[in-house]
Amino acid sequence: MKIHEYQAKAILARHGVPVPQGEVVLSSAEAREAARRLGGGVVVVKAQIHAGGRGKGGGVKVVKNGDEAEAAAKFIIGMQLVTHQTGPAGQKVQRVLVEQGLTIQRELYLGMVIDRSSERPVIMASSEGGVEIEKVAHETPEKIFKEFIHPTAGLSPFQTRKLAFALGLEGNAIAQAAKLMNALWDAFRATDASLIEINPLIVTEDGQLLALDAKMTFDDSALYRHPDLKEFRDLAEEDPLEVEASKYSLNYIKLDGTIGCMVNGAGLAMATMDIIKLAGGEPANFLDVGGGANAEQIKNAFRILMSDHSVKAVLINIFGGILRCDVLAEGVIAAVRDLGVRVPIVIRMEGTNVEQGKQMLRDSGLNFTTADTMSEAAERVVSLGK
Amino acid sequence: MAVLIDKSTRLIVQGITGREGSFHAKQAQAYGTQVVGGVTPGKGGTTHEGWPVFNTVADAVRETGANATVIFVPPPFAADAILEAVDARLPLAVCITEGIPVLDMMRALAVVRQSSTRLIGPNCPGLITAGQAKAGIIPGHICKEGRVGIVSKSGTLTYEAIHQLTRLGLGQTTCIGIGGDPLIGTSFIDALALFSDDAQTEAVVMIGEIGGSAELEAAEWIRGNFKKPVVGFIAGQTAPPGRRMGHAGAIISGGSGTAAEKMDALTAAGVQVVRSPADIGSAVQGAL
Repeated sequence: MKIHEYQAKAILARHGVPVPQGEVVLSSAEAREAARRLGGGVVVVKAQIHAGGRGKGGGVKVVKNGDEAEAAAKFIIGMQLVTHQTGPAGQKVQRVLVEQGLTIQRELYLGMVIDRSSERPVIMASSEGGVEIEKVAHETPEKIFKEFIHPTAGLSPFQTRKLAFALGLEGNAIAQAAKLMNALWDAFRATDASLIEINPLIVTEDGQLLALDAKMTFDDSALYRHPDLKEFRDLAEEDPLEVEASKYSLNYIKLDGTIGCMVNGAGLAMATMDIIKLAGGEPANFLDVGGGANAEQIKNAFRILMSDHSVKAVLINIFGGILRCDVLAEGVIAAVRDLGVRVPIVIRMEGTNVEQGKQMLRDSGLNFTTADTMSEAAERVVSLGK
Repeated sequence: MAVLIDKSTRLIVQGITGREGSFHAKQAQAYGTQVVGGVTPGKGGTTHEGWPVFNTVADAVRETGANATVIFVPPPFAADAILEAVDARLPLAVCITEGIPVLDMMRALAVVRQSSTRLIGPNCPGLITAGQAKAGIIPGHICKEGRVGIVSKSGTLTYEAIHQLTRLGLGQTTCIGIGGDPLIGTSFIDALALFSDDAQTEAVVMIGEIGGSAELEAAEWIRGNFKKPVVGFIAGQTAPPGRRMGHAGAIISGGSGTAAEKMDALTAAGVQVVRSPADIGSAVQGAL
């Protein structure tokens, strides 16, 4: 689960990470008030959307006073902000963060993720802050420093010292950095985070370290033990069909193509998208109905697929292991009848009770196309969807 | 021969009185597996479907002589179930559970790595040795005894591969689902090393997917160490970056973990990589 910058900063501040003073507001009038409360001087007005690259898209403005803050907020709130992460349609901005302006001496980077190979959390630091870390990793990997956190010993003082020295920090800033990194690890553990990124971490002219930007993502599997974090979910940032699908425990991701697909199992669902592409089509979605899908779930899945009006044909690819093919056929027939599905449907199923399932589809009198192999199914659905 | 599990394996089921545990215990027994009992804390001393139920894994091992466990325990308690299997010194633990918090898994794995227990999974379909025994949820009737090993991150895609092989008359030795989570007990390399030493296995199917770098590490290892033919498929060639495709580990982040880079690395290591999942069986036929 992703959250907004202002929410991430609130969580990090609670764990002891220094952040600039600021307020999140929903209107331009409130932005003026917020700027006034911050002292009436220079403030930064920042669009709050989940996607990165907000500055380049025009979603971040540095202004000199309350009047300008109001004007900037008026411009930003309600805009469709387009960044390299939003796609061409952009994301509507609902709120802005108004923050105190600071004089920046240095921009650094701090991040924390789980490193799969070492099976440990890794803290990453770089002297190249304020730019995309992927770019730094690609072009100048020697400028990224890493320390792996021991699962039981935790983050040791020597590790934070190593990173602080590698960043070229001096004097009091070394102790500040160590404290900040410990706070980061604290926040990571306490919230079951999957990613924390502070980019940039700034050193101000008077030598203070602060998180100027912050990004946090959480482990979805651990949300059950963090009811407080669930409150941070912003449904406006998610695709409405994906939100609907999640209510029925369907794993659905909307894509740009025209061939809808319904599959059991994540790996087979990805492979089905791939084979649609190989047959010359474009998948409209990823949809995993799970291993134990029942008739009700198949109906919900159909309803969601059909709500996407770019879908011209549907491919159902089920490998019945636990899920029996006759049960699937029954569910599909009922869903197509109930919902009055009009687009061509190609069904490829294999496994338990497959002959019985195929017979039911033939006897239904509905217009199904069946296929014996995955490649045959993909070719049929692509040609029917043209 | 074959690897990890066979007719002599004595299997217990952690979570045997639950719906999934109970169903798959019966399926495993019907396939010929020696299912010797189960564990459900608080139900020790009772029987379930004829099997003795124990309060602890240690009790179950002492009373039944079990040497393997399959875990069907809900996500909040699954990491603890793994630790209990390690504590009872079981040589093999197979965790089917999907949705274990990553930090729980990290702490559990730190213990697993210091132990003699081999963990398969979590978030996996388990494993099956064709014609002998199974621990997990892979349907037995699609398998056929033979000489092809399978190692895969995916469940149903594994069934697909098994089915294609069986249809072509190509049987399997052992099929191992290693799981789609970011942190897992047994890697591609671990499974390949087992197949490397198994005289019965003559070729291997390796099914990966987007996310992480396990396939890249496997490619590197295959290049220097693996002598048998390998057919590879990577799911997610059309997956968009930054989106988690069903499995917790299946995500392209920061431009890395793409299907293309994995397919290239495997091809460079001598693996015959198929672009279409429908071509797995025929590629193995050609390789043997």
